[in-house]
Amino acid sequence: MTVLAALARAAAAATGRALPTKTVRHVHLSRRPLVLVAAQLAGEACAPLAVLAGDDREKPHLLVVYEPRDRTQRFAFAADLAGIILSAIDRHVEDDGDPETPYPDAPQLLVPNLPHVTFLRLLGRSTRFRKTEGQHAVPPAVPLLGRWLTYYAERAEVTPSAMLVPMTAALADHWATGQSATEDANLAALLGWIDPPDGMSGPAAARAAEDPVRCPPAGPVTDPTFDNEVLAPVLQAMREAALAGDDARLARARASMDQALRSQLESTWALMWRAVDLLGGLPAAAHVEQRWLADRRSFTNQVAWIRDGGAPQARRDSAVAAARRLARLEREQQRLAVERAYDDPLVMAEYRMTGEAFAGEVTEAEPARLEQGRRPVLRPWITVATADEVLFTRGAVLKSPVRPAQQATVVDIVSPGATAGGDARTRIVLELKGGMGRSLTPPPGTVPAVGEQVTYTSLRDDFQPAPKFPDIDDTPWTHGGPPPEYVPDDEDAREDWS
Amino acid sequence: MSTKDAAVSARAVTDAILADLAKAERGVVVDSPPGAGKSTLVVAAAASLAERGERVMVVGQTNEQVDDLIDRMASDHGVLRIGRLSGQDYIPAPRIARHANVTARTAIADLIDHPLVIATAAKWAMLNGLADSGPRWPWAIVDEAYQMRSDSLLRIAHLFDKALFVGDPGQLDPFSTVETERWLGLNWDPMSSAVAVLLTNNPDVQVHALPVSWRLPATAAPVVSAAFYPFNGFTAATERGDRAMRWNTQPFGMTSFDLALQTAADSGWALYELPHRHTLRTDVEAVDACAELAARVLLRGAVAVSEQGRRDVTAGRIAIGVAHRDQAAAVRRALAARAAAYPVLSGPDRDVTKVVADTANRLQGREFDVTIMLHPLSGRRDATAFHLEAGRLCVLASRHRHACVVVARAGIPELLDAHPSAEPVHLGVPVKFPDGWEAHQSFMAHLADFRVPGGV
Repeated sequence: MTVLAALARAAAAATGRALPTKTVRHVHLSRRPLVLVAAQLAGEACAPLAVLAGDDREKPHLLVVYEPRDRTQRFAFAADLAGIILSAIDRHVEDDGDPETPYPDAPQLLVPNLPHVTFLRLLGRSTRFRKTEGQHAVPPAVPLLGRWLTYYAERAEVTPSAMLVPMTAALADHWATGQSATEDANLAALLGWIDPPDGMSGPAAARAAEDPVRCPPAGPVTDPTFDNEVLAPVLQAMREAALAGDDARLARARASMDQALRSQLESTWALMWRAVDLLGGLPAAAHVEQRWLADRRSFTNQVAWIRDGGAPQARRDSAVAAARRLARLEREQQRLAVERAYDDPLVMAEYRMTGEAFAGEVTEAEPARLEQGRRPVLRPWITVATADEVLFTRGAVLKSPVRPAQQATVVDIVSPGATAGGDARTRIVLELKGGMGRSLTPPPGTVPAVGEQVTYTSLRDDFQPAPKFPDIDDTPWTHGGPPPEYVPDDEDAREDWS
Repeated sequence: MSTKDAAVSARAVTDAILADLAKAERGVVVDSPPGAGKSTLVVAAAASLAERGERVMVVGQTNEQVDDLIDRMASDHGVLRIGRLSGQDYIPAPRIARHANVTARTAIADLIDHPLVIATAAKWAMLNGLADSGPRWPWAIVDEAYQMRSDSLLRIAHLFDKALFVGDPGQLDPFSTVETERWLGLNWDPMSSAVAVLLTNNPDVQVHALPVSWRLPATAAPVVSAAFYPFNGFTAATERGDRAMRWNTQPFGMTSFDLALQTAADSGWALYELPHRHTLRTDVEAVDACAELAARVLLRGAVAVSEQGRRDVTAGRIAIGVAHRDQAAAVRRALAARAAAYPVLSGPDRDVTKVVADTANRLQGREFDVTIMLHPLSGRRDATAFHLEAGRLCVLASRHRHACVVVARAGIPELLDAHPSAEPVHLGVPVKFPDGWEAHQSFMAHLADFRVPGGV
């Protein structure tokens, strides 16, 4: 934990209220996000029990699997869930547009926590290879749902993406609580700290939220006491009614199971929308729109891929595909880190603490300074006085968030002891290059003026050429040689546990 | 083992490796413990291949490492023409520019006729032309192969037919800033080391191990070997009497710092133990203790006596190793404060700001006379996988030729007992030995005998 993060948590613990650690919202929020809360059967790798989903906070759809161990019912449930998710996707698809331009919006999926992302990934994996004809045929929507869930889960690995957002991660990113990171993974407790009910302190609200009767867990794993005392008897009653062939009893058992599961999911449903409101209350950061554009583009490509008959995502990445994906994930993550720091002074503060940035006031400026060579070039100098600790050395290349097109090279650093007049600030002389047009006099505003507050950082998002990888057919011997061509088959649908 | 016996035993292994190179079908892997003569082996292997008329490409991980290797090769083999493939903004370091037989170029076409071409893995990966069209070498020598990620090997493997991989399996594994379990258990996990992927896909590749450490003193080799190389033990090339640390001055009184340095000089190790406390990562007292110990070594005028002769321990021969970058920055600030406080600490050899303060990742492969280590678990409430990693502790504990002082808050053994490693085991992923928790326990058990209470 960094010093600032530790300080924020200590302050939150002292005041009994979560502390905002960001000035802006770094995650995109759709106007009509699709919220999904799930429950799964304990002890099975991916046996859905129930889902509460929809984009209307007043009218969630409840889907229940009455016999979660029955595969036929499981796929019938998948078909029902496909109805909700695929229709949300269809609403965003515009077929008359230019195929090169991304759709105006994409369906955003919000879930309570990280285990939900795993749940959707596993559900996607167990459905996307299903056959729609022959033995064990499933409705065509099932494999399609599987492909989309897999798409969402893979998109969630890309850190700047907001297609699938686990709510606890988004909240914990924007607020610091006085509890541990593990406790922050509990949506109800986290919201208790951020927005406690009137007259209650954060810790008291968090403690109340840990009572599984008042606040059932956000899932997908259910409360074990609920499993034993409520779910087991209901399932038993259902089985007996089915064996006896008593339709009335069966209907009653189903109604009570609906009731039981709704009671488990409903409070999390309400918390999800409260979290949406809280996050929505923060203004969006400057780069959020641009990152969402990348999501829209990715969504548009995925629609086109499926429409044009592309194969479902392979079960495993080949050596080349894995290396390519890792390179992309690393680049995107680095870019996100830079954008967040540029957008938010509280994020930049972390870098100021470690000497990777400094903020201060321009005390001298030579905006029209020319460097004489074969032909003169514009190289203004400015002097910045800062109280931050400066760990840069001469020659370091820096950037300022407000002038991203301009490079600043450290020419000189004068420590506080060396300046007369008792100023306790370090003075850094910077040479500026670029972002000032082509003429030899810089347009107004392109060079920081005396008195301006500026921030400079070594954190840069420079263009990097995409790394080259061999073709998949040229996979070298060190990595097992070229893999056989991938053809989806029945074996793909088989899981270790099936 | 006497130095002579050590030389004989190391020679025998090197000969076996070179003989193996001649008949290997695909490649050879050489595990090298800290300071076991890895560069010597790389130079010998490159020369031996070049003598047979084979063109050799050598792959390093950083520009610094590449330049070190070139310097060694050019000095040992003055007639061999060596090509240095580099990026646009590379300026040959003085130690490279002084060799007439080294040519530095940015385009491979200018170097293609050189028997030996050296570059970083990143530079090699930028070569155009794949598999059938581009240049190709019969042999590659990959240095620090355990620190190379397998995706980086994937990008250069089409350039060579056979390869010699040399590296230290006990040091830090390569890492990625991306956290994902997506590829765990795959034979080609891009996040695992180049050697791990190579051996999984080619189980018949021979693995050799170098038997003696020339760097580590007799006081350290058994400790490091037992804690971090449980199945591939090694010994020190020198005996206890061969190395010593002396002082040019007597201390005024005996502060806890002097006591710690004396303990380290006598026994090779000291544990400077501060009172138990939970602290921030940049624990001010611990950071100050590290800087003070380094300053004290310079102030007292330490002299290192070894089989290489007598020499003063200058600032550049002292390292302070930490786990995090912000800790390194804090140590550097503390060192600068000492330079300002004691004018005597700013002479050319005593310039305390020239003491190398860095993270374990960046100290890998480097050697010093005295090291001071801020223990990764010092002042922590929990023991995470990062802080328990055996490789991190191994790097910090195996950089020194004479003495290592560990600075830590009391209570690390108790912290370890309270946090047994709980990392999940994944299908298809070989269990890693040594386990970090076990390595930490073994190391702390040894240090218990050299405890000096600090902060008094």
